[in-house]
Amino acid sequence: MDPLIPIIMMALIAGGIAAVFILASVFLGPRRRHPVKDTPFECGFASEGFNRGSMPVRFYLMAILFIVFDVELAFLFPWAVVFRSLGLYGFVGMLVFFFVVGAGFIYAWKIGALEWE
Amino acid sequence: MWVDAFISLIKIAFFISCVLALTSLLTWQERKQSAVMQDRLGANRASILGIRAFGLPHILSDALKMFFKEDYVPPGADKLLHTMAPFISLFCALMAFAAIPFGNTIEIAGRTIELQILPVNVSLLFVFAMMSLAVFGTFLAGFSSNNKFAFLGGLRSSSQMISYEIAMGSSVVGVLMIFGTLDLAQVVRGQGGLLWGWLPMWGIFLQPVAFILFVAAGMAETKRVPFDLPEGESEIVGYFVEYSSMKFGAFFMTDFVETILIAALIATLFFGGWQVPYLQSDGFHFPWGSSVALSSLLVTLIQIAALAVKVVFFCWFLLVIRWTLPRFRYDQLMHFGWKIMLPIAVLNVFVTGLIIVLIQ
Repeated sequence: MDPLIPIIMMALIAGGIAAVFILASVFLGPRRRHPVKDTPFECGFASEGFNRGSMPVRFYLMAILFIVFDVELAFLFPWAVVFRSLGLYGFVGMLVFFFVVGAGFIYAWKIGALEWE
Repeated sequence: MWVDAFISLIKIAFFISCVLALTSLLTWQERKQSAVMQDRLGANRASILGIRAFGLPHILSDALKMFFKEDYVPPGADKLLHTMAPFISLFCALMAFAAIPFGNTIEIAGRTIELQILPVNVSLLFVFAMMSLAVFGTFLAGFSSNNKFAFLGGLRSSSQMISYEIAMGSSVVGVLMIFGTLDLAQVVRGQGGLLWGWLPMWGIFLQPVAFILFVAAGMAETKRVPFDLPEGESEIVGYFVEYSSMKFGAFFMTDFVETILIAALIATLFFGGWQVPYLQSDGFHFPWGSSVALSSLLVTLIQIAALAVKVVFFCWFLLVIRWTLPRFRYDQLMHFGWKIMLPIAVLNVFVTGLIIVLIQ
């Protein structure tokens, strides 16, 4: 069977459930505006400045590390699936790969990319 | 083609309605569980015509309340993204269930039907893909709300989710090495054998370390205590602070749907999925020699029920952990994910590989 059929139907049904839930409250709920209600939630203070501008650079660093290690993880999956037929050759090959990735990981650790102080 | 589509529709309707029913039960169970563990009576006020039934009507009244609350979009917020964020979260969480096998193949009118909505050979990758996409819902919710707290909360939670995604992915590699497939249906079939003639060949006995890592990473992915910094209901303001009504409810539901998803994945990868120990397609064959013959229909029903029992058990297990442990600090959380879980997971892969190479 073509796997596209179930995946499209699943997407339609799951999307339908999610959309009905969200749209229902849009149409069923009341709608009352008030100037105080329309200010961003900030513990009673008036909001200042731009609300989605700068962010701590740590998060950016974390995102870059994620990209690097997630791609390396993606290499592990096909290797793991055929591991039994590769035998010792595949094991040693992955050791070399681990060594390179591990060197990068230790480097990131040592320069403090994983610290959150 | 139309027959295939019809069969898929029945499978989807069956499985998704089970998941949604369990989701709504979990909202009640979460409150009741906390009450039991804190020596309270808990949710027991709502009643239908005077029937309280341990507070079960709360499920209905909570949902009704959510629907009839005002749907508030803050001025300055991105209306489209603000609406899309809860949709993406819920959609991705539900989609991931397509890849979970809930029974063995059955034969009806000469047609072999796989009891799995999406029978492809990369179903585990599909689950991971959907769980990765869920990060978008979280981040967009924080980004589109026009609120500094929500923005920081969104950053915090997406950072947490991507960090633990790596730990989660590397923890299952050991399981993949043993069963040699990315197809969850094949993983479950691979767990049908017996070790030394009596112990079921379940993932937990073959990969105990991976099991612990997977449960921890799964709890972090679903953003539950002790990893609930993204939400932190009262103390830290989370990414959905500007959400109300069922849009908030969608995030809330996503939590429970993902809890069920993690429970189903734990059951599938480590506890044999629909496998029942000693049950084969024609009945029980016990290791001490005796056997009980069963019809294939009965066997299928027992297997589906077995998966349901396992999933409900692990949902309960995750709830107990949720109400037992305190919350991590953010630096502890990142430290745990990157510096403890990732090295252990890689070490686990290494040891598993070494053992497989030595045995062969």
